[in-house]
Amino acid sequence: MSVLIDAETRIVVQGITGHQGTVHTRQMLQFGSRVVAGTTPGKGGQTVEGVPVFDSVQEAVDRTEANTSVIFVPAPFAKDALLEAVDAGLRLAVVVTEHIPFHDMLTMYHYAHAQGARIIGPNCPGIAAPGKSKAGIIPNVVFRPGRVGVISRSGTLTYEIVNGIKEHGLGQSTCIGLGGDPVIGTTFVDALPLFEADPDTDLVVLVGEIGGTAEEDAAEVLRTRFSKPVVAYVAGRSAPPGKRMGHAGAIIARGKGTAASKLEALKAAGAEVADFPYEIPDLVARALAERGRR
Amino acid sequence: MVKLAEWRGKEIFRRYGMPLPRGAVVRSAAEAATAVASGAVPLPCVVKAQVLAGGRGKGGAVRFAATAAEAEAAAGAILGLEFKGERVREVLLEEKLPIARELYLSVALDRSRRLPIVMASAQGGVEIENVDDAQILRLPVHPFAGLTGYERRRIAKALGLTGGAARSLDRVLTALWGIFEREDAELVEINPLAVVGDAVIALDAKVIIEDDASFRHPEYSEVRDDRTPLEEIAREKEIAFVQLDGNIGVIANGAGLTMATLDVLQQFGGRPGVFLDLGGTDDPNKVTEAFLLMSKARPAAVFLNIFGGVTRCDTVARGLVEAMKLVPPEERFPLVARIRGNNEDEGIAILRSAGVTSLHELRESVQAAVAAAAGGRP
Repeated sequence: MSVLIDAETRIVVQGITGHQGTVHTRQMLQFGSRVVAGTTPGKGGQTVEGVPVFDSVQEAVDRTEANTSVIFVPAPFAKDALLEAVDAGLRLAVVVTEHIPFHDMLTMYHYAHAQGARIIGPNCPGIAAPGKSKAGIIPNVVFRPGRVGVISRSGTLTYEIVNGIKEHGLGQSTCIGLGGDPVIGTTFVDALPLFEADPDTDLVVLVGEIGGTAEEDAAEVLRTRFSKPVVAYVAGRSAPPGKRMGHAGAIIARGKGTAASKLEALKAAGAEVADFPYEIPDLVARALAERGRR
Repeated sequence: MVKLAEWRGKEIFRRYGMPLPRGAVVRSAAEAATAVASGAVPLPCVVKAQVLAGGRGKGGAVRFAATAAEAEAAAGAILGLEFKGERVREVLLEEKLPIARELYLSVALDRSRRLPIVMASAQGGVEIENVDDAQILRLPVHPFAGLTGYERRRIAKALGLTGGAARSLDRVLTALWGIFEREDAELVEINPLAVVGDAVIALDAKVIIEDDASFRHPEYSEVRDDRTPLEEIAREKEIAFVQLDGNIGVIANGAGLTMATLDVLQQFGGRPGVFLDLGGTDDPNKVTEAFLLMSKARPAAVFLNIFGGVTRCDTVARGLVEAMKLVPPEERFPLVARIRGNNEDEGIAILRSAGVTSLHELRESVQAAVAAAAGGRP
């Protein structure tokens, strides 16, 4: 088992004929993902990396039974792309696109939610289950199949951390990059129960950052309904208030969203907290060994 | 994040039918005199510096005038002032109203709920952070339904408004929600919202527009904000660039990795001076541009931390070496690099042959950057 995707997941790439869409379709295929279709309005009939391109998601679904979308469509058109995917019956959409206005995302989230569809992202690297499937852009080289789950608000930092876990001789069950925007389709609170229920995950690494209260909310889940060990890291303890640190969501606003508050909540909920990213693999190995002894 | 000065916020308020004091924005003392003489600004009036920083009242940036001469003098005194690092270029003159009560009203995003949230309090005129939670009504609004009639009545009741004042509040709430939704605002705040007779009137306006919506709101792209000049250039070039208090520049790829790098730097005694997130670029020209921008901040040293996943390390290294040639000798600085991932060996070889210290571990490379900034050899 894995979380949200598996070897049977059938992916349609929306915006497949763009630079990013093409590059990452190739990478996903190399990872072993079943990318069965792509869409770009007006370019139906072409192929990209051997994958058939359709004009609409509905055609892609009708012809290929795609069930999961990865969206690379530029920000001004991303809302439309997501609504199209939901209306075509897809129940999981990974939105890689960055700079989507949060007002659009509010519509996207509540529309999808009402139809029982899940969004990962936007502004996210997506999801990967090593040895099974990848829907998104996390580099293939960092993975190795294993039993560590990873949930992160970050992109590149996640790659570095996942790579560190690999170099330590461990592997990952599923890794989800939630995205760095203020409104995201899947939060820590949404993702943690999936890992709790996943028999292939023994431990979860949670990578947060400043801004909002997603980590404090996650701590509440850890305290009340999560049994597996958690190693947590929060980026941005040196960040000043009022400055947006690269991610739209990474801002300490009106005293809310500091690293200190998040770390305190996570510690109080029983998570092992890493002060720096390079401490994570050791903490993971130790927590797994301890769990093994129990 | 485009923060609008009060007068710009009120221009939007006016378009949406928000009740406002009569007034005028001026850019010179003479204009202030004319505004009063023409009757556009009734006396007595309030004279307010148009700056983005808070605390204007206590900081002497808000004055009162009973006569045209006083208004002219007050505007003249405030214009050109430096208020918390911001030069005053505009002054807003408004009629001084007989205020019965001051209320608070805002709409913003509740990230955890993934819903807009209206906040209302009868304790206005002070910062909302200092108001007792029990005195604040928090009302999440579903974006598909908008702010409904029964919700507006509930807010009026919480604020203790009835009759004409309640009807007046209804106009305010309709405008507030309309601005939030249609102007792509992150925050619309009225503090204070004054009860004057049997009406409510917006005395202040705080509006923040979302950057990412600029493709449909080009009208906000020219607005002066509290960004530094270099941050402004970076914004135009779509580079995430934040100036901080320290002297070491950090270039990394990805916001999380850049933040984490600053954290490690601070832990080892370094003072981060610039946060520069290259993003997921594999374009050497963008690397060159970013590096040149960094050099303009005159850092004592620069630390480059790249994890190449999609980004190729050799591409970044090539862009960097090209950029180094373009930096004028007087602006040069020591550079320490750590690049990992995709094509790292080629990247490291390129950097080393250009004389750049290139190390493998984050700790040792951060320590080398801190030493370099302190004047030691990188």
